[in-house]
Order: sequence, then structure tokens, then C-alpha cells
Amino acid sequence: MQKVLTIFKKEFKAYFLSPIAYVVITVYLVVTNFLFFQGFFLINQAEMRGYFGLLPWIFLFFIPAVTMRIWAEEKKVKTLELLLTWPLRDTEVVLGKFLACFAFLGVAVLLSVTVPITVAFLGNPDPGPIIGGYIGSLLMGGAYLAIGLWVSSLTENQIVAFILGVVVTFVLFIVGNPFVTVVAPSFLIPLFNYLGLGNHFMSISRGVLDTRDVVYYLSIIGFFLFLNVRSLESRKWE
Amino acid sequence: MSNNTNSTMLEVADLNKRFGEVHAARDLNFSIRKGEILGFLGPNGAGKTTTMRIVTCFIPPTSGSVKVDGLDIRENDLEVRRRIGYLPENAPLYSDMLVGEYLRFVGEIRGMEGDALTRRSDDMLRVCGLTAMANRQIGKLSKGYRQRVGLAQAMIHDPDLLILDEPMSGLDPNQIVEIRQLIKRIGREKTVIYCSHILSEVSATCRRILIVNDGAIVAEGTPEELTSGMGTGNRYHLRVKGDRQSIESGIQAVQGVSNITVEDSSGDWTAVHVFSDTTEDIGEKLFRCSVDNGWSLSELRREAASLEDVFTQLTRG
Repeated sequence: MQKVLTIFKKEFKAYFLSPIAYVVITVYLVVTNFLFFQGFFLINQAEMRGYFGLLPWIFLFFIPAVTMRIWAEEKKVKTLELLLTWPLRDTEVVLGKFLACFAFLGVAVLLSVTVPITVAFLGNPDPGPIIGGYIGSLLMGGAYLAIGLWVSSLTENQIVAFILGVVVTFVLFIVGNPFVTVVAPSFLIPLFNYLGLGNHFMSISRGVLDTRDVVYYLSIIGFFLFLNVRSLESRKWE
Repeated sequence: MSNNTNSTMLEVADLNKRFGEVHAARDLNFSIRKGEILGFLGPNGAGKTTTMRIVTCFIPPTSGSVKVDGLDIRENDLEVRRRIGYLPENAPLYSDMLVGEYLRFVGEIRGMEGDALTRRSDDMLRVCGLTAMANRQIGKLSKGYRQRVGLAQAMIHDPDLLILDEPMSGLDPNQIVEIRQLIKRIGREKTVIYCSHILSEVSATCRRILIVNDGAIVAEGTPEELTSGMGTGNRYHLRVKGDRQSIESGIQAVQGVSNITVEDSSGDWTAVHVFSDTTEDIGEKLFRCSVDNGWSLSELRREAASLEDVFTQLTRG
């Protein structure tokens, strides 16, 4: 556990040592605020449903940008060879890195509290869906992060990691979207609805925190972190 | 060196590693005693790095066994990694970290903390001549300093087995001398494996040398054993004045001479390179020969077969 913390601190700090973090967070905040407030005054309702509706789409691009360098860079500059010969378990390294990404996501999400504050100034929003929405965005973001992290472990090129991350999360997101479920064979629809990355988020952001939705995101996180450990082990396969 | 059962630091038996078609290590068998500095020598691509990656538990062998301090690398890989300090080729480091911060990070991973960690990382900075660089970003350091950070990182937990892959690359001659001293000092108590493709480095530091080529061990021994045991004979260099024809036939007739090359030197002098096929010194015979023939002799020197010759002979073709 101590080792996880050491990796976590190092990785989290690394974000803020390079300008990428500031750029990514700024772009995230500007884009979400702009898209949200564009429609906000037209609808004229003091609520954040529109904001949370945007997040699954924004995360498609924001999250892979957060995770792309994590493994790809270690592979590229060969620090992985040193990292994996230190007395660490693969799981400790994966977990430490994931938690660092998650903390980074937390910072970005925290900085977006200006939105509910503004909304609260302008009207009288129901706090339930807003709190639910924030919890949901952390859970959903965590799932996106686990996917992005795994994808990053497959390549040594950050750009490839980014694009592949967008593609994989997009596929997992779109299967649950009406766009696909409308045309899917009927026996697959419940499965697709369940698998869709955004569906559970939508129910949480209505203010209903159902354990099934939490379990869904936690299992997605667990599954992709497991794949990540496996992909580190792949160096040992013949 | 005591002969108790635990005096072997590393034991490699029948080690094989294949990457698809490539056979990177073939039936490697060697062991290193505690407190020994072993030179692991071979041309680029001979399988040095692959072997070290196996010993450090980065990749597993295809077959064979490796034991570090009696512990099998497959069964006790965390324990093995705790005992090893490893400097990979080109010292891959996190370039956005500061030197001191990086050493503390590695120290924490190695399970150190608090005052002990501070003391140890300060020690390492001093030993590796990095104290002035502690607050510099690693990415902005020169190659030589990066190499030292890599070395400090490998030694921070005072490992029993230190593995250095091309540790001198990028260092200037003064730094090479310094680091060589450092490695020798460590080698008094600890076991060191020193991989390199540069002979002079290895022969200056190591008491025992292993030469690998194409994944297999082709020679093993002290530098002296390697040069003398090769049966390469000796090389002589002469500068004589006299009739070229008679010089050529005269020297060729000396007992023990296997081959000569003759070329014109400045003035009337002729330069002759003589190769002997015995390990016996034929210098005196060459001298006698030139005196008997009435040639003037301005130079006669023996060039013992160098480790370079041994190396080239073993690793070529």
C-alpha cells in the first residue's frame, strides 16, 4: 500500500510538472462551460441536466488526453524497464497510476463547481441531481480512465494511445445509445443498454444513486485495470 | 573468499532465451561469487542485455534457471529484485523530475523512509558527484550526469548485486576514471556485473571476464588468462637497414616465425612485422639474425596479443 502511495504521488505530481495538465484542464473547463451556458439561457431552467448530458461526450476526448502518456511514455523512453525491475508488484504500479489519474480527474471536476454556483445564483436548482451528477461523473470518469490507461499500455506512441482511447471509449459508449439499440437485434438490446458507458451515468445524474449503477462502473474499472496488469505481464509471454 | 555454501551470488544454469526466430541466449552457464566484479563482454547484440533483463526479472527465460543469492527468479522474484540494483543501458530516467526528488522516489520504492532515506540519498548524491545537481531537472542534465543519476539510483538501497549495463557510455575520460574507482570500491564488498562492448573498460575494472557472442559464452577467465591462453603467439615490430630481399628471407628463416610483412619506412629503413606461432619469446633470435646478417637495427619490440585481438578473434564471423 505504501508503494501504491509512492507511485501515486510521483504520477500526480508529474501531471503538474508539464504544461499538458494546465492545457487539458483549461480546455475541458472552457468547452464544458461554453457548451452548457450556450443553451442554458435559452431553456431558462435553473438545472444542470444539460451539463451532465454533455459530459459523456466531453469525456471521450478529455479522458484519453489524461491517460495517453501514462504507459506510452514509460515504454518510449524505456523507464518501464527500470520500473518493472524495482521490487513492486504489477498491481501496485497499475493502481498507483490509476489513482493519480483519478485524482487529476477530481481536480478538473472540482474546478467545474463554478457551474453549479452560477446556476444557484441565477435560480433555485434542486441539489439532488447536481450532487448525483458529480458523483456520477467521477464514477463514469473512473471507468473512462481505466480504459484509457489500458489502451496506453498497448503502445509506445502517445498519439496512438489518445486516438485508440477515444475509439474504444466511443464504442463502449455508443453501444448503449439509442442510435445503436434501435437497430440492434432485440435479444442484444438489454445487454447493450447495460454495457453502454453513459446509460448508468444518466440515471445517477437524475439524482438516483442505485447500487447497480455503482457496481457497473466499479466492475468496468476493475476489469480494465485487470487487463492493464495482464498487458504488463505480456512482456513475459513467449 | 570463504567456501561456505552461500558464497555464490548469482548462478545461471542452462539459460536459454528465444524471441521467435532469434536465439538471444544459448545454454548460458556461469556463476559469480560474492564480492566479485564480473565483466560481461560482447559485441552489440550478443545477448548481454537480454541476459541482464532475465536476471533482473524483467523478462523470464525460455528455459533454464537463474538463482540470485540462492533465490530462484521465478519463485521469489520480489526478493530477488530487492537484492539487485540495476542500471539499464542509456540510463532511462524520468526526465521531468529533479535529481534529489528522483532519488528519494526510488528510495521510497525500495522501502526506505524518513531520516534514513534522506541520509542515504544525500550519500548517493555525494558519492556520485551530484550534490550540486540535486535541484536540477533530470531532463536538462548532460549525458554523463544522467548516467551518474542512474548509477545512484541503482545503488541507493546498497544492493548485494549491482548490474551495470554500459555504465560508461557518455562519460568523459575523467568521469570514467572516477566511476571506475567507484565501481572497484563497491566491488570490494558487493558483487558487480559490468556489461560492456568496450574491452579496455572491462579489463581495467574486472578480475574475471566472460565473453559472449551470438548468445553463447565463448571465453571466460582473467584478462591474463584470456590473452595468454589463446595461443595467438606474439607480434614483433622491427626496423632494420639492409638489403630488402635478404631481410625478407633472413627473418622468414628464423625459427618460430610464421608470417611476416615488409614495407618501406623512411630513408633506407625497412619496417617488418613478424608474427610468431609460439608463445615463446623470439625477440633474441630476431636480434641475433640481424646481427649475423650485418643489418643495422633501430627498433625491435614485442606486442603481446592484446585482449582486443582475443575479442576480435572470438567474436568475428
